[in-house]
Amino acid sequence: MKNVWTVALNTFREAVRDRVLYNLVFFALLMMGAAILVGQISIGIEESVIVSLGLTAISVIGLFIAVFIGVGLVSKEMDKRTLYALLAKPVERWEFLLGKFCGLVMTLTVNTSAMAVGLYLALWTVKHTLEKSDAWILVAVYLILLKLSLVVALAMLFSCFTTPFLAILFTAGIYVAGTFAGELRTMKAVDISTGAMSLMRGVSFLLPNFENFNVMGAVAHGRALPGSLVWQATLYAALYGAVVLAAAAAVFSRRSLK
Amino acid sequence: MPTPAIEIEHLSKEYPYGFLNLKKKKSLEDLSMQVESGEIFGFLGPNGAGKSTTIKLLMRLIFPDGGSARILGKSIDDVSMHQDTGYLPEQPYFYDYLTAAELLDYFARFHGLSESDRRARVEAMLRKVGLETAGKMQLRKYSKGMLQRVGLAQAILHNPQVVILDEPMSGLDPLGRREVRDIILALKKEGRTVLFSTHILSDAEMLCDRVGVIVGGKLRGVGTPEEMVGIKTQGMEILFEVAEGKNLPLLANATRTGERYRVQTPEDELYGAIEQLRVAGARILSVTQIKPTLEEFFMNLVEADRAQAPAIEVTGK
Repeated sequence: MKNVWTVALNTFREAVRDRVLYNLVFFALLMMGAAILVGQISIGIEESVIVSLGLTAISVIGLFIAVFIGVGLVSKEMDKRTLYALLAKPVERWEFLLGKFCGLVMTLTVNTSAMAVGLYLALWTVKHTLEKSDAWILVAVYLILLKLSLVVALAMLFSCFTTPFLAILFTAGIYVAGTFAGELRTMKAVDISTGAMSLMRGVSFLLPNFENFNVMGAVAHGRALPGSLVWQATLYAALYGAVVLAAAAAVFSRRSLK
Repeated sequence: MPTPAIEIEHLSKEYPYGFLNLKKKKSLEDLSMQVESGEIFGFLGPNGAGKSTTIKLLMRLIFPDGGSARILGKSIDDVSMHQDTGYLPEQPYFYDYLTAAELLDYFARFHGLSESDRRARVEAMLRKVGLETAGKMQLRKYSKGMLQRVGLAQAILHNPQVVILDEPMSGLDPLGRREVRDIILALKKEGRTVLFSTHILSDAEMLCDRVGVIVGGKLRGVGTPEEMVGIKTQGMEILFEVAEGKNLPLLANATRTGERYRVQTPEDELYGAIEQLRVAGARILSVTQIKPTLEEFFMNLVEADRAQAPAIEVTGK
């Protein structure tokens, strides 16, 4: 695991030096603007507007980083041939892959945590106080982070066997489909045949169910979340992520470099 | 009998191409050879001959369609083989957001060196490749030649027993080339084995105990540089100066450049020619053996290949 850690730290260092964390400036400006504007126009619903906007921004910015940088984690190293010297060291290919994954998840953790702090600051600016129920925001942020980790794993899997452009399309496609996985499972056969319905339902169980990580609505309205949600979502993300990463490692272990 | 440093047995590689990758081009055909421990082995061949393919196969950057290879007795499938092997890729490129010192430190971590060892090794390597003053500069600001030096430093950072260098002189100025040659010779002196690929014949002649010549994916022979290149000696060339108006039969075939004349003569007529020049009071500046140029040497092999003629006979091991 020492090699995984070494690669992860370097991936984090790359993200910092390539100014990935500069997106925090954009987020800070958005939150400041929102806090000022909401204070003027929303009477009584300032809190839910700020929380919704903040969590959505954390999710969208994180998704951009997870998809675009996630796809580039492996493909950029292959294109630029920086991987040649590294794979000629006593490093297993799966260690490299896992290290890259951990490095980007580390970057996303720092990024998401900083944005969560920004969200709390905006909330404090509007309410001039923080309540116990505001702690649910942390749970929502944690679940967003789990979702982003899954997206990174998918982006890495696709980038192991196709071009960066297609990998971005596939990852984005799976993300959109996975967001509606719940609906696909419960859809009634109205205009389509039963066979097609069964197929769609089967596919929906293979897709990552990103709805498992979406608690934005409940948190924005200050509703309490079920206690089992956190560990269930964590287990789901860990198992699904492990399968995706194992598939990526299997593909990458036989991938010839240019 | 000592284990050879590198053993290659029937290695072959095909690259798919064309629509749906249905066609295949043979890049390496049934390559078998050995590099003995402690020798400098030159892998010679024109561009596209299969040199880099062989080296990438040894480093498991690509995978063979057939055959096997061992380095220091370990299968190349065993990742621990890299613990004692150093590799310089062709036209190396590294993480440009790192400084040279950071990059070397990063690579050294994979070899399990302690922090103090890493610091000492990094400093020593930067000094060895002449980058001690540029060690704290980000690699994005490095020239091609400087990157080549960093590449060499990371290849020998962990004191490997076997060093594999893919076109190590590429992109270097004459001074840089000499420094790389000195490093390769120093590695041999330390008892290490060096395999390097090149299409520059003079480098191989100067450095190698043995060379292997590869053309069109086929190994065409292995032997000492003299055996390989000296197959067709084309005679001798004399460079001299002589006063105007001298009646010298040699001048009929000579080429004049300024005050100097250059004449070619068969090897067995060399002393006769020198005697003529001595009698005429000429000043002999140099006498050199005419060897086939790199292009001629490889073109002979390529043409022999095309004509389906038997491979050029090469003696040696």
